[in-house]
Amino acid sequence: MKLSLRRVSRVVAVCLLAGLAMTASAIDLVDDRGVKLHLARSPQRIVSVLPSLTEMVCDLGQCPRLVGVDRYSNFPESVRRLPQVGGGLDPSVEAIVALRPDLVLVATSSPAADRLQALGIPVAALEPKNYADVQRVLLALGQVLEVPHALQRWRTIDASVQAIALALPPRVRGASVYFEVNNAPYAASESSFIGETLARLGVRNIVPGNLGPFPKINPEFVVRADPDVIMVGDTTFAGMAHRPGWAGMRAIRGQRVCVYTPAQSDTMVRPGPRMADAAAAMARCLEQHIR
Amino acid sequence: MTMHSRSGSQQHRAILVALALLAVSAVLLVLAMGVGSTGFESVRQAWADPVAQQIVWEIRAPRSLGAWFAGALLGLAGAVAQGLFRNPLADPYLLGSASGASLGVALALAVAGSTPFATEWLLRLGLTSAAFAGAVASVLLTLTLAQGVQHTLRLLLAGVVVGVVLGALGQLVLMMRPEVMLAMQAFLLGTTSFVGWSACLLMGAVWVLCAVVVWGLGHVLDGLSLGEATASSLGLPLPQVRAVLVAALALATGTAVAQTGLIAFVGLAAPHLVRSVVKTTHRYLIVLSSLMGAVLLLASDTLARWLIAPQELPVGVLTAVLGGGYLLWLMHRRNSPRGGL
Repeated sequence: MKLSLRRVSRVVAVCLLAGLAMTASAIDLVDDRGVKLHLARSPQRIVSVLPSLTEMVCDLGQCPRLVGVDRYSNFPESVRRLPQVGGGLDPSVEAIVALRPDLVLVATSSPAADRLQALGIPVAALEPKNYADVQRVLLALGQVLEVPHALQRWRTIDASVQAIALALPPRVRGASVYFEVNNAPYAASESSFIGETLARLGVRNIVPGNLGPFPKINPEFVVRADPDVIMVGDTTFAGMAHRPGWAGMRAIRGQRVCVYTPAQSDTMVRPGPRMADAAAAMARCLEQHIR
Repeated sequence: MTMHSRSGSQQHRAILVALALLAVSAVLLVLAMGVGSTGFESVRQAWADPVAQQIVWEIRAPRSLGAWFAGALLGLAGAVAQGLFRNPLADPYLLGSASGASLGVALALAVAGSTPFATEWLLRLGLTSAAFAGAVASVLLTLTLAQGVQHTLRLLLAGVVVGVVLGALGQLVLMMRPEVMLAMQAFLLGTTSFVGWSACLLMGAVWVLCAVVVWGLGHVLDGLSLGEATASSLGLPLPQVRAVLVAALALATGTAVAQTGLIAFVGLAAPHLVRSVVKTTHRYLIVLSSLMGAVLLLASDTLARWLIAPQELPVGVLTAVLGGGYLLWLMHRRNSPRGGL
């Protein structure tokens, strides 16, 4: 009787362990291309070829699992020491394979995804484009990396943006803003994630969302809208005042232009865990320029 | 020396050049196995290490052979285009296939992601099919506008018009959907990085098909080089042959563009390089141009992998620099008393 009890308890223990192992190991995910991904266990050697995904992995505290990144991933500092496998759009397939990854994170537009999959390497195409996407992708990464606090991280980011918005003085509210992405000129509209941040800060984007997230606009449009503040990266800012008709704009005359350094621009244009930092930089600029 | 023996010696020389190009190809192919992000190390470890073996056999081998076939297709298409249009500036993209392929890719990228249905559709067909469809459709459009293949000048002009208009439409798509611009740029630069065995086999099969067809019709191009009236008076079936050659041109170019993106200059430079070495009939010229294009692209691809390893350059950039430089050198040599081109 005693013996059989011990045997039964042993069987139960084995079953429990097996059950635990199963819940802990198998990971199923549908990525942004709609491709189903099955991972036998949480990946330990990850290559990321999209800067915002690199930042998310590190934000979840899993930086040590990265074994390679693309040439544009530069944050946090530690990823600069990792082997670079080319750019997101021109990655070296064999450099990736040589790193023996058990998961490669790519953007949905990456041409390498199919080729890597054909070589038997698990690929997850995830592309954060707005706030909702950042939440979704962060949670998906949390699931894949088995990080339980992913949702909490998202709530912290979200709450930080909210707090920054609440701390803004009332005079800033309703100010009109033009955010230029590059000097073609392409602008960040209301429907981009930059536009979402601006909306949460309570300012008015002069570029409507129905033009698409980053539309090419007519310079004349900006002159006519005559925004209170212009936000722009420093390489794009050079020569802005010399564009025909721009010198007369209120923001240019009053020097109410937020010029961001390349490092700040990186923060601004990446939908990821540093969105609150981007919001803080925008808030500082607004406070400074709107008196 | 009689005409016959001269052409015999030229034929002899053409065969020698072909053998030399094949030998260079073989050397380059072996060399290309050892060039890449991990260098020669992967070849040394290929017997013991499955990842190294995968790098050599499933990545470097198909892409090197793929570069060879893509170059061969472009070289062949270039020689056919120059013979068909009797114009030394003709290149494989003359009938608008480059802008057609770009427009196909731009449209596919713009439509993908707009609805789940479109995304799934694109996933199934891939950008490769979109590029191929675009390239073939643009050639058909050119043929329609030129009202057939009979008038060389009309065909050339229609090709230029289609190229410009489709190129502009592609730009328009990018304007409307700037977010696809980066993906588009990757296609325009041209690369062999993503060529696997299946793509390699496809290009090989198309190359064999086109080479056989063109070999069979080469003598018509020789007749055509004397002028259309003379060619007709010789009793050559010009309309039919032209249609077949245009089809081969479109098929070869479309296949290469779809698999490797836009690769500049190989198709234009290869026939000129061959002519600088040997004066021969179109039959040989086309086959030699094909081999020359293959060597040119494979050499460029190997260099592109090696120059900034472990990263790599887009091969299209290198072919433009190398092919352009060599052609310029040939041109200058022509001005010297010893002659060139």
